[in-house]
Amino acid sequence: MSPLSKQILPLAFTCFYTLLISGSCVASEIFISATLTPAALAPEQTLRRGNGSEPQSLDPHKSEGVPSSNIQRDLYEGLISESPDGELVPGVAQSWTISKNGLRYLFMLRKDAKWSNGDAVTAYDFVYSWRRIVDPKTGSYYAQTLAPVLNTEAIIKGTKKVTALGIRAINKYQLEVTLKGPTPYFLGLLTHSSTYPVHRASVEKYGERFARVGNLVGNGAFVLKQWSIQSHILLERNKNYWDDKNTRLDKVYYYPIEDQSSELKRYRAGEIDITEGVPISQMPWLRKNLKQDLHLASYLGTYYFGYNLTKPPFKDNKLLRQALSMVIDRRVLTEKILKTGELPAYSWVPPNVANYKQIEYEWKDWPMSRRVKYAKALFKKAGYNQATPLTVQIRYNTSENHKKIAIVIASMWKKNLGVKTELYNEEWKVFLANRKSKKDTQVFRAGWIADYNDAFSFAELMHSNHGVNDSGYNNPDYDALLAKSAREPDISKRRRLLQRAEKMLLDDYPVIPVYFYRSKHLVKPYIGGYKDNSMDHHYSKHLYIKAH
Amino acid sequence: MLEYFIRRLLGAIPTIFIIILVSFFLIRLAPGGPFDFDRSLAPEIQVNLNAKFHLDEPVYVQFGYYLKDILQGDFGPSFQYKNYTVTELIWQGFPVSVQLGLSAMVLALFIGCAAGMLAAYRQNSKFDYGVMTISMLGISIPNFVMAPLLILFFSITFSIFPAGGWNDGAFQNRILPIITLALPQVAYIARISRGSMIDVLRNPYIRTAFSKGLPTFYIVTRHALKPTLLPVISYLGPALAGIITGSVVVEQIYGIPGLGRYFVQGALNRDYTLVMGVVVFYGVFIIVLNLFVDLLYGWLDPQIRVQGQKT
Repeated sequence: MSPLSKQILPLAFTCFYTLLISGSCVASEIFISATLTPAALAPEQTLRRGNGSEPQSLDPHKSEGVPSSNIQRDLYEGLISESPDGELVPGVAQSWTISKNGLRYLFMLRKDAKWSNGDAVTAYDFVYSWRRIVDPKTGSYYAQTLAPVLNTEAIIKGTKKVTALGIRAINKYQLEVTLKGPTPYFLGLLTHSSTYPVHRASVEKYGERFARVGNLVGNGAFVLKQWSIQSHILLERNKNYWDDKNTRLDKVYYYPIEDQSSELKRYRAGEIDITEGVPISQMPWLRKNLKQDLHLASYLGTYYFGYNLTKPPFKDNKLLRQALSMVIDRRVLTEKILKTGELPAYSWVPPNVANYKQIEYEWKDWPMSRRVKYAKALFKKAGYNQATPLTVQIRYNTSENHKKIAIVIASMWKKNLGVKTELYNEEWKVFLANRKSKKDTQVFRAGWIADYNDAFSFAELMHSNHGVNDSGYNNPDYDALLAKSAREPDISKRRRLLQRAEKMLLDDYPVIPVYFYRSKHLVKPYIGGYKDNSMDHHYSKHLYIKAH
Repeated sequence: MLEYFIRRLLGAIPTIFIIILVSFFLIRLAPGGPFDFDRSLAPEIQVNLNAKFHLDEPVYVQFGYYLKDILQGDFGPSFQYKNYTVTELIWQGFPVSVQLGLSAMVLALFIGCAAGMLAAYRQNSKFDYGVMTISMLGISIPNFVMAPLLILFFSITFSIFPAGGWNDGAFQNRILPIITLALPQVAYIARISRGSMIDVLRNPYIRTAFSKGLPTFYIVTRHALKPTLLPVISYLGPALAGIITGSVVVEQIYGIPGLGRYFVQGALNRDYTLVMGVVVFYGVFIIVLNLFVDLLYGWLDPQIRVQGQKT
């Protein structure tokens, strides 16, 4: 491709993208005004949502985990937002331009965006907030979310000052962000709750206590009204929100309910409108009795088992790793054990990731008998047979589901290769400590949900320096491919680089991909505006209660 | 009396110190720390966080800091619930646990004592066998079975009470948790008071009262009630402490924001300060409660009171 077309392509993509975004925006507005006559709405617009566990914090820079993010999506708004079906739409940024080399983003902020106390949301707020999240003093779990922004890593390491971060307010409503490499998923990243702005005056006045009732000033569609720990969090509609005219709900309750069976009971008793999860054991009953309410959707997450590559028997024994992976019949696991529509995993990156097509094992479609035969030969070559059998340990964190899967995998290994497996269930923090120390662990369970809709969110996990690479996979060629992809402005070239990396990863067998996650919720039929989407993000501002 | 009270309180100090010492080191012995997540923190940020909470120093130094803080009444910030201090969390959860526990206990006391005493009075009657059978069931059905059954019946099938939630302590939200907590206690108290009443009714002074022709109700309330209650009272102290501190399962099932949940969540999250705060708080609470029961016992039984005064 000529250098000229190299420059034009990303630009064309951006234009197309902006068109796409503005198009979907108009469409959703038409949809709302066309369908929501007052008669169609229930008089009381109060939504009650199950939310897993108690959120750690409502400070978007200091929390970790899904429960916190769910609420923060209602309390704050980043530069980019999402439509009900997960498409990127303008948030505080009304429009943006991207430089030809893909490194410089200029965001035009909407002038009607306000904080819940009436102050204007400005570019300076974003500068302050992004500096806050990467500042090592803040101690944020998600400081690395902003890794594509220039100098983030040096600031986290403490070698550069926070002012060196690649973000600058040109004026009140123009924000310039400089990246260290072209990052096609950068706009998607900006929907992540850790990139949300915080209200500087409140943070400076209240410190750690700013994210509490009475102190919290947000810029989302809702404001924090009540926080009764371990009981509920109540949000009320934010009259100062720029798009308040399209908000239908007046109140949103979030209930922390860790136990999914309890959540289901409260759902059945009519006390909750949307559940955070579904107890797997109740699946047959739910399919029969609450089929309409059941929302199962593909979700960008991979459930896998990892080998500890730093210790025998898996260190330097690729044949063994391959044999063990090949004899696992994923279809039996997903169809007979899980039974909730999960897809068997033969690749590292799940399907339906933006701008990507996953690479799969070539033995994916082989009949099981052929796979087993092939694996037996590999197993023998790896140095194991009936006279010298293999004994391995699988570790998983305590959970009925993980246990079932580990047992079935152990039985497949036993049946096909005569492997003796010892199962260890460990309490979560013990499990993590063992997995990360790489001392006793041989095979471990793991799962990964994408932070943003891009193959890189999965690819980077197996980089030799990545904090979640608990297999200890260390392939300089793989790392080099990732680095190259991060510098590549051309979307299709970048895709090919990431595909090459995925192929390399699969061929090295550091992990056993088992299945791709599904999000599971129960949603009352009278909830309007709810759409399944692959990020499993459901903003309350899109939802409403139909007359029922 | 006051001297006795103060002496007992002072005697509790070493006990509390040992509780703090043991639990402080035990929780740190558990693998994993408060900042260990699936997603690793950047090493530099981890260092900062450790320094902020003194986790980078030797454990005995951390213990020193902790002792100093709690002597000033400061349980420190929660590692997990970052916007709150441990003291705030305890004061949010404890009243809820106490309200539930006390209500359940009062309910259990009335029903249990009445049923037990009536059963004793009509010993070996159908009523007696009925009460004993039901109480046996009450003791043997664990609350994690009882709670879902109650929810299924009262919330899902008949929609009388909510299936869970606290709703700022609304009356209807309290009913099912209180019943769940009270049922095993009713059973225990019925059995204890029945046994005790049978013993008391065999005493010569009761027989004398009957032979004088006094009405049964008068004899029971006037002469038999107090001595019958003695074993119930001695059971009450630990039972109340148990019901308030041990309502974890019930709080979890009904989604009640009590202190018990912090205990479990704190331990699972390695929220060191929260677990320590709850342990110390419970320790003091149980000691005070036992002391209170001893004083009550003295009031009910003149023999103990006299002995107490002599020593």
